[in-house]
Amino acid sequence: MITLQWIYILAGAVFVAFSVLSAGDRENPKRFKNTAFWGLLAVSFLFGGYFSDLMNGLLVIGLVLLAGIGGLGQGKPRTTSPEERSDSAVKFGNRLFIPALIIPVTALLGTLWLAEVEIGGTPLFDPRDPTLIALGLGVVLAIGVGMAMLKPPVMAPLQEGRRLMDAVGWAAILPQMLAALGAVFALAGVGEVVGGLIADVIPMNASLIAVVAYCVGMALFTVIMGNAFAAFPVMTAAVGLPFVVFQFGGNPAIVCAIGMLAGFCGTLMTPMAANFNVVPANLLELPDRNAALNGVIRAQIPTALMMLVANILLMQFLAFRF
Amino acid sequence: MWVLLGIAVVVAGFVLRLNPLLVILAAALTTGVAGGLGLVETVEAFGSAFNDNRYISIVWLVLPVIGLLERSGLQEQARILIGKVRGATTGRLLLGYFVARQVTAALGQTKLGGHPQMVRPLIAPMAEAASETRHGPLPDAVRFRIRAHSAAADNIALFFGEDIFIAIASILLIKGFLEQNGIIVQPLELSVWAIPTAIVALLIHGTRLVLLDRRIAAEVANARPDEDAAGEVRS
Repeated sequence: MITLQWIYILAGAVFVAFSVLSAGDRENPKRFKNTAFWGLLAVSFLFGGYFSDLMNGLLVIGLVLLAGIGGLGQGKPRTTSPEERSDSAVKFGNRLFIPALIIPVTALLGTLWLAEVEIGGTPLFDPRDPTLIALGLGVVLAIGVGMAMLKPPVMAPLQEGRRLMDAVGWAAILPQMLAALGAVFALAGVGEVVGGLIADVIPMNASLIAVVAYCVGMALFTVIMGNAFAAFPVMTAAVGLPFVVFQFGGNPAIVCAIGMLAGFCGTLMTPMAANFNVVPANLLELPDRNAALNGVIRAQIPTALMMLVANILLMQFLAFRF
Repeated sequence: MWVLLGIAVVVAGFVLRLNPLLVILAAALTTGVAGGLGLVETVEAFGSAFNDNRYISIVWLVLPVIGLLERSGLQEQARILIGKVRGATTGRLLLGYFVARQVTAALGQTKLGGHPQMVRPLIAPMAEAASETRHGPLPDAVRFRIRAHSAAADNIALFFGEDIFIAIASILLIKGFLEQNGIIVQPLELSVWAIPTAIVALLIHGTRLVLLDRRIAAEVANARPDEDAAGEVRS
């Protein structure tokens, strides 16, 4: 059975390659910091499952100190010139899209079909994570097809991958860091305190006040946590259920469904939602990618605010009617 | 109350523009210690959660594929392709992607889009090329605005599409939470109520994307006299 562990080993091997190739990149003045950072991340993928929690904690602290003090450098592997790329685009044409499309198509087929395949009674894919396993498989397939079609130098995928990885830089582990912060917040009971404060401070004497408090609370707490999933149980237990549902008689399915979507408005406005808002700014090489409100977030704020108002109105008009 | 200190650390860190990794680690240690966990236990909890969430970083596996195709002219081909479509504009292209992303997400196929897989290699170059075909070389500010809007279209379409699918994580989270509180709802009862918000999102963001074309035209016209060379800037 192919499990997620296989994909972790694949990812670990790729990060080992990024680490080793960084060490040989004389164009990067901080090349050994990059080597150490990607190497440590490789260790996490390869052996994290066998380490004690304390070892994993110390490993994270190592990653943070490496990237947080003085930052990482940006490697400059030799790549093709704009002219070579234009010539190659003319030569291969739309066939270039084939490897790119293999990844989502494999992920799709993997989820729908490969997840069901059994060999001698054992499922081929671990049924808990078919999509992630299919994603890894799709990458391997796409590399194979791409290499056969384009015939680049053997190291090209790893060197080009390193070029893009260095463009993302330390932000690569930001989403994972924020998920871990959320776990510590939950352990320490941060949510209950915040929820209690909101319920204590706001007089809940009209259904609209309760709806606004719940929706705005979802959005604001999501801005802080970077994740509506972290805000949802807290705000719903503190405001959504006791006031909107029980006191004013709102339909719990409608209140919760729209409450979650109000939280998503917060996700669109915060650098704490790193994989949605910070990672693309790095990938697209925006000049303001390190600002708290980078270009991606600024492009999203008007829609997010209008959607928050829309969600409040929808909840107010639907939840007490159906 | 002291556990809220961690939130203060996060806010202060972002205001002072310190490295977010340092800020998050400091916030976690502050919160854990203030919440009575003890320093070692906090480091253990953080390390354990970091390890459990490794699957989030699996997405970086696509970078070697994207890089390989970029060196062979993928972005250039995306530009050539969109240049041939008559009537293509940045706003219309992003609106088309928005609808496709929202519909596929509503059918549960959230992995069909995404920033490393779709936005960087295909959508952003196409969105830039559509404006270049109309207006010639673009000033940097316009180019970066188009890129930011490409990422924004992906996020907004995903967020306000995925909850229509009954087996998405957020719907299952809601169902589980309500069950713990003694309220039984079926996923379908939840997901139908994501539809009104999805329609409003399409109307609001669709309108903004249509207006984006006008804004680009106005900004290019304003910048034209002194920014003739801006089109040379590529990354």
